[in-house]
Amino acid sequence: MADTAQVKAKEGTFAFGKKEKQLLSDPLNDNNPITIQVLGICSALAVTTLLEKALVMAIAVIFVIAFANLFTSLLRKSIPKEVRMIVQLIIIAFLVTVVELTLKAANYPIFKELSVFIGLIITNCIVMGRLEAFAMANRPWRSFLDGIGNGLGYGFILLIIAFFRELFGKGSLLGFKIIGATPEYIINTTAGWGQTFFGWYANNNLMVLPASAMFIVGVIIWIQRSKYPRLVDAS
Amino acid sequence: MHSTQYTTVFILALTSIVALVLAGMFTVLKPIHDANEAIYNKKEILAAVDPAAENMSDDEVAKIFSTKVKQYVLNAKGEVVDAKTANGLLLKAEEIKMDKERKKPEEERVYPLYIYENADGANYIVSVYGKGLWDAIWGSVALKSDFSTVAGVAFGHKGETPGLGAEIKDNAAFKKSFIGTKILNAEGEFVSVEVKKGGAKDRVHQVDAISAATVTCDGVTDMLKEGISVYLPYFESLKKGK
Repeated sequence: MADTAQVKAKEGTFAFGKKEKQLLSDPLNDNNPITIQVLGICSALAVTTLLEKALVMAIAVIFVIAFANLFTSLLRKSIPKEVRMIVQLIIIAFLVTVVELTLKAANYPIFKELSVFIGLIITNCIVMGRLEAFAMANRPWRSFLDGIGNGLGYGFILLIIAFFRELFGKGSLLGFKIIGATPEYIINTTAGWGQTFFGWYANNNLMVLPASAMFIVGVIIWIQRSKYPRLVDAS
Repeated sequence: MHSTQYTTVFILALTSIVALVLAGMFTVLKPIHDANEAIYNKKEILAAVDPAAENMSDDEVAKIFSTKVKQYVLNAKGEVVDAKTANGLLLKAEEIKMDKERKKPEEERVYPLYIYENADGANYIVSVYGKGLWDAIWGSVALKSDFSTVAGVAFGHKGETPGLGAEIKDNAAFKKSFIGTKILNAEGEFVSVEVKKGGAKDRVHQVDAISAATVTCDGVTDMLKEGISVYLPYFESLKKGK
């Protein structure tokens, strides 16, 4: 009896020590879900054409992983082992639907843009992977932090990819024209180039296609591993 | 190891709680979703005449729609009808769902028509719906009051490839190239506007296709031909009425 009381007391604390800090920082580099674990690649290719899309997706995934981890961890002792995957899926699907309904009410055009990819968070390997690997064996507070950390690690890579894809594919960032001629300019004038910043720049259509995200992920992995040789063969 | 009974009760309880919360959330948010969708669709319709409509605020769009846009419901014969919704209310053109209409037999379908008066005169905006490479594509085509000259177009799509097929929506130059084309030939026969692979030769009835998006562009050609043709009887009746 005394033992269980002690465990309960520990579960209630929201300590933020070295271990907790590591849970948040580890997935950003040493154990990044995309570049080290190589999970969640599919959505990284699909939603990174525009920075705004990647940002909304990153927030959605952080929310889903964090709370899926929290709920699974709270229930971990009462979940029957035989159906634990089904229970995890119910929790994930529930949270994803919450995100979908909220986004549809809050920002309809972005909801339309992301369309199926919000729903596909359900099948995002990172979420299920964290539930199985971490939340089923750890306390709620730590699981919650682990979820946020992994969501951040995923979102961080997503934003890097989207930054390059939008800048070179559309010549803009968050919808603001940065380089190249504006569409209005192309349509309305027949005069020469050079009136806008880097006006000679023609958008690289490859950057809009999913394949470019694969190249950028590859380059990120390359840079990361040559900078931190200890990560080579870590996966 | 848990008993089968425990497992069953656990799953039933969990699914019931989840279902209840989601159903509650859906019911509460439904009016907001519907309002958002209505404004979004109105923006797509106005964008056919004025591309700047995409960046207008929701209030502006609603105001233009209530003051400057007249909307009619046409039947398959091109007559203006007072169609009823399932609840017996008068069906507004903006409430017509093109994808659902296509599932009905042809003679029972209804079509929306919008007349938007701006500085250039009346624009007759028709709604078209078709198939792209991966999924549905749709659009609004604005015609000038000669019922032949295209005043502008706006397209939407469910899941065309970004950078290729999706350019029908994103590429302003592609949409701009439709302006001034004619859907009727010199004899007054319907020929529609073709999205021509390899470059338009006849600038009056063709526009340049988007490279590497042949299937989507062919889809646009078919959609325009099929979609505009159902409005022709109505335009004929208007011409006779003049």
